[in-house]
Amino acid sequence: MSTTTVPTTKLWSGGKSPFNVEYGKLMMWYFLMSDAFTFGAFLISYGTIRFSSNGWPDPNEVFKSFPFAPEGVHAPLVFVSIMTFILIISSVTMVLAVHAGHNMDKKGVIKYMVMTIIGGAMFLGCQAWEWNHLYHEGAWWGSNPFPNHDGTASSTNFTNYFFTITGFHGFHVFSGVIINIIMLIMAMNNSFEKRGHYLMIEKAGLYWHFVDLVWVFVFTCFYLI
Amino acid sequence: MEHTHAEHQSGGSTKEIWKVTIILTVLTIIELVLGFLMIGIPLEKVGLRLLIKGVIVILMIAKAFYIVAYFMHLKHEIRNLIMTIVVPLALFIWFIIAFLYDGNSFKNLRNTYDPHYKEQSTIKVEKKEHKPEAGKH
Repeated sequence: MSTTTVPTTKLWSGGKSPFNVEYGKLMMWYFLMSDAFTFGAFLISYGTIRFSSNGWPDPNEVFKSFPFAPEGVHAPLVFVSIMTFILIISSVTMVLAVHAGHNMDKKGVIKYMVMTIIGGAMFLGCQAWEWNHLYHEGAWWGSNPFPNHDGTASSTNFTNYFFTITGFHGFHVFSGVIINIIMLIMAMNNSFEKRGHYLMIEKAGLYWHFVDLVWVFVFTCFYLI
Repeated sequence: MEHTHAEHQSGGSTKEIWKVTIILTVLTIIELVLGFLMIGIPLEKVGLRLLIKGVIVILMIAKAFYIVAYFMHLKHEIRNLIMTIVVPLALFIWFIIAFLYDGNSFKNLRNTYDPHYKEQSTIKVEKKEHKPEAGKH
């Protein structure tokens, strides 16, 4: 595993990156770190408000519907688990694309990038359906039709945080899909073959995994807990 | 460039990718089972609900670890890079404890010194009929 153990003194003596990665990848890591703080601030703000409230809506009552299901169906957690698995699987196909890139396997990269893009688009579709459904139930920024779990009146904090945070995450998924489409076009145009490496796929991959990572937290904080 | 590229290849084999996929799937399924389990537990059992929520949070952190370490390949990078990413994120430990404690403290103070607020938050409301077409029964 750790064949990259170069003595530290050599790494810091100049002339090469002490992090042993190329510039773009290091900067992607730093960007993702800053993005992690943005999402972290959002989620901690949500947690603080939730801890300061006497009651909070029950997620199993709010997120209980399913597309094409009959009116009044009670299927808590089912739809969101499908969304979660879509994102996990698209993350796996992204790793496989990066792996194919290591082996300079252009066909493999294209195949797995297409699968990743489809996964991302499916996730966005699911989210659009859910937002639309909640909107027609009367939930939106500044409007919360769902009472608290104990039956008392709720504030609009729940919907404000839900739409802001899932919206911000959805926007990340959307930009991730755009980035992946650009990577796919570049791979098809032999841009990476000419460069001799597929490091751009790795950078796009880092971003895409981060989007999956954020969903792990959003999913837990809003739907499970 | 080619040189560093070859060095990086040492990590993540296809076998490892599938192993991590299975781990993530299993952890998610356990989370969902606990989520379903919690539907049946009444609100009065605060301790038990908190325990399950705690387990779900631990599973969430485990999932985050597997994604960052294996999918994002951080485990196979050199120590310098791991430290420059992970050490700043340790701020979150303070962040989470401080803010959640503050929120909880605000709730307790308001319930103690604002009896009107406390009374208001115990009044039950009728479940609103939000759908125009659902009002037919």
